[in-house]
Amino acid sequence: MRSKALVLAAVLTLSACGGAGETPATGGGGSGDPAPGVTDDTVLIGTHQPLTGPAAPGYSTISAGAKAMYSHINDNGGIHGRKIEYRVEDDGYNPTRTVEVVKKLVLQDEVFAIVGGLGTPTHSKVVDFLNTEGVPDLLVASGALMWDDPAKSRMTFGFQVDYTREGKILGDYIAKTFPDAKVGVFHQNDDVGRDGMAGLEKHVTITSAQGYDPANTDVLPQITALKQAGADVVVCECVPAFTALAILTSARIGYKPKFVVSSIGADPRTLTGLLSEFGKRAGAEVSAPQLLTGLIGAGYLPDVNLTSDPWTALFREVHQKYIPDVPLTNTVVYGMAQAYTFAQALKEAGRDLTREGIIKVMESGVLTGPGLTPFAFSPESHSGYTGAYVFTINADGNTTVVQEPVVTDRGDGPIEPAPTGRKTPSDIGLVG
Amino acid sequence: MLRHLLLALAALAAIVALTFLVDPFTNIRIATVGYLLLAVAGLTVLTGLTGQISLGHGAFLFIGAYTVALLVVYVPSLPFWVDLLAAAAAAGLAGVLTGAAAARLHGPYLAGATLALAVGLPAITQRFPDFLGGSNGLGFTVNSKPAGIDIPSTQWQAWIVWLTVLAALVLLANLTRGRVGRRLRAVRDDEVAAGLAGIHVGRTKITAFLVSAVCGGLAGGLQAFLLGTAAPGSFTPALSLGLLAAMVLGGVGSLWGALWGAVALVALQAGTEELAHALELGTDVANNLPLAAYGVVLIAVVMAFPQGIHGLVRRMRPVKPEGAA
Repeated sequence: MRSKALVLAAVLTLSACGGAGETPATGGGGSGDPAPGVTDDTVLIGTHQPLTGPAAPGYSTISAGAKAMYSHINDNGGIHGRKIEYRVEDDGYNPTRTVEVVKKLVLQDEVFAIVGGLGTPTHSKVVDFLNTEGVPDLLVASGALMWDDPAKSRMTFGFQVDYTREGKILGDYIAKTFPDAKVGVFHQNDDVGRDGMAGLEKHVTITSAQGYDPANTDVLPQITALKQAGADVVVCECVPAFTALAILTSARIGYKPKFVVSSIGADPRTLTGLLSEFGKRAGAEVSAPQLLTGLIGAGYLPDVNLTSDPWTALFREVHQKYIPDVPLTNTVVYGMAQAYTFAQALKEAGRDLTREGIIKVMESGVLTGPGLTPFAFSPESHSGYTGAYVFTINADGNTTVVQEPVVTDRGDGPIEPAPTGRKTPSDIGLVG
Repeated sequence: MLRHLLLALAALAAIVALTFLVDPFTNIRIATVGYLLLAVAGLTVLTGLTGQISLGHGAFLFIGAYTVALLVVYVPSLPFWVDLLAAAAAAGLAGVLTGAAAARLHGPYLAGATLALAVGLPAITQRFPDFLGGSNGLGFTVNSKPAGIDIPSTQWQAWIVWLTVLAALVLLANLTRGRVGRRLRAVRDDEVAAGLAGIHVGRTKITAFLVSAVCGGLAGGLQAFLLGTAAPGSFTPALSLGLLAAMVLGGVGSLWGALWGAVALVALQAGTEELAHALELGTDVANNLPLAAYGVVLIAVVMAFPQGIHGLVRRMRPVKPEGAA
């Protein structure tokens, strides 16, 4: 009996030679095989989006925008004769669902790439998987720093300005504009908040930092704590739904700080919609314009109301043609810009499309896009946009830029004006 | 007893053969059936054999999943099977504690107490967001595949899951066919009579909770292994109720019933999702379709075959000894 147990133990030990949390010596990776998801006339890509759940109010229209842009490209002949098939899976902002749907997209549907997977808590659970399988993981819809790790996750690339750069820019603006203010932070309890505060703290002293959990929509304790700490400026590092909740909750308890909102939660039209909806649900008449007037936000894409911008003109045209029923917001524009950027990479990768090929294009730094600041993409950095501009919301719902686009790094580098001379859609000549 | 072992070995061989025939994603589904089967089997011991209802079984899965997750993240040098044993032990401990409290409760009070566990326990992640990751949960990759084996990782995962599940089921089958099983059934049928016959009713109930929780913990650990994540969103009260419904659907009181229930859970979900994709249904409809379909099937089965799917299977076969596993 004893010897049997010993043998059993030996077998078990041998059968699992490594520790469960250790990384095996041999890793997978991209290969030169014909790329999955690519046929003569199509390329299949997938994404995970919160079409339901806590992040859906606000973010569910991103994929609608992306889909419209892909339709626009496909109707104009596609890229190198291939139409882009865009498969959207709903993960409800629930990490477990994300793992399931991404595995389905990769293993069952065999997509060429995952494009614009949304969310820090969600996407962080599939980065290892996608890199092990060698699946390009492009333009992640989150500003967390972890997408920028080329040594470990070579397949993964960010898109939007990361939270630390953005935090620095917002912190700098606050320090210049409200030098005597006490600054509080209301943040999502994950990398969104951590990375954002790392940037903020380079320029301001944080009086009180209050985290929220996306599964819990009662933010009264946090807002009360900020009020008691006497914060006159509250920086929101939150998704749109929680920006709206923070604003509503403050109004309810008669707390009127200056709200400064990071780009992920600062789309005026989305916030207007959310405020009225949440207000209605709580049985109160809410004047969204009144609550939003004076709110300060960050952005890196051309504002939807900036009709003089050639990119906005294109986005408006695509919106009018394909999704006129969806309100045109900066969130929709986000989806369109992301789709355009991916299509541009696809075009640069050439007709002989491979997964390795598109990674090379991403790292080459040739991509310039709708954004007002350049991408950081290079073999050493997989970070997306390198800066942002700061705006305030006017009483009529339009925005005024109060800080022209600036770029910076994640360290102690200076904040400098962004290079001017962006390419226009006709310069890039993606289709037609 | 030997029969159970042979049956399990045959089943393992069949599963391994099956994993070679299907695509990698289907292997994940096969593995999902495995861990759900174990969870439902545990519930069968508790409810089917001992007559104690648990609306909170998801809590034991939660404990198992987080035990594996924390060990993988913080003690990376431990091999995976040690993590699994720890998950079983942690859930077992929770089971004993729950059982000790629950042995005094009956009917709706027991149901309420266990439901509270399923609702309350996952919220602990929000209390310790840095340690347990809040509602984002923990993410990790479990390294379990020996270097020499060159098969897709999902296939390997399916093997590991089913090896664990079948080993646990053999133990469970032997346990329920033996003296312990007789005691459990005696308590279920008449507590007073069982007590007069010299059976310690409270201790027996706690044993049932222990066995059941160990199965749940293992199932949760396997889920964490399979998905590489442990997040409170997967352990909602809906999971606990789903397991209970799967047990009823499969057939209360039989380990075979647990199998049918687990298969139905996974197959209905997969089938309706594909249907929703094929028909290009809107998100709101598509997200509710699996639950609606599940509800309809559950109602239909309970109306037509009160003994569940296994009742139907048994009726189609000639005489078979009771409780065969």
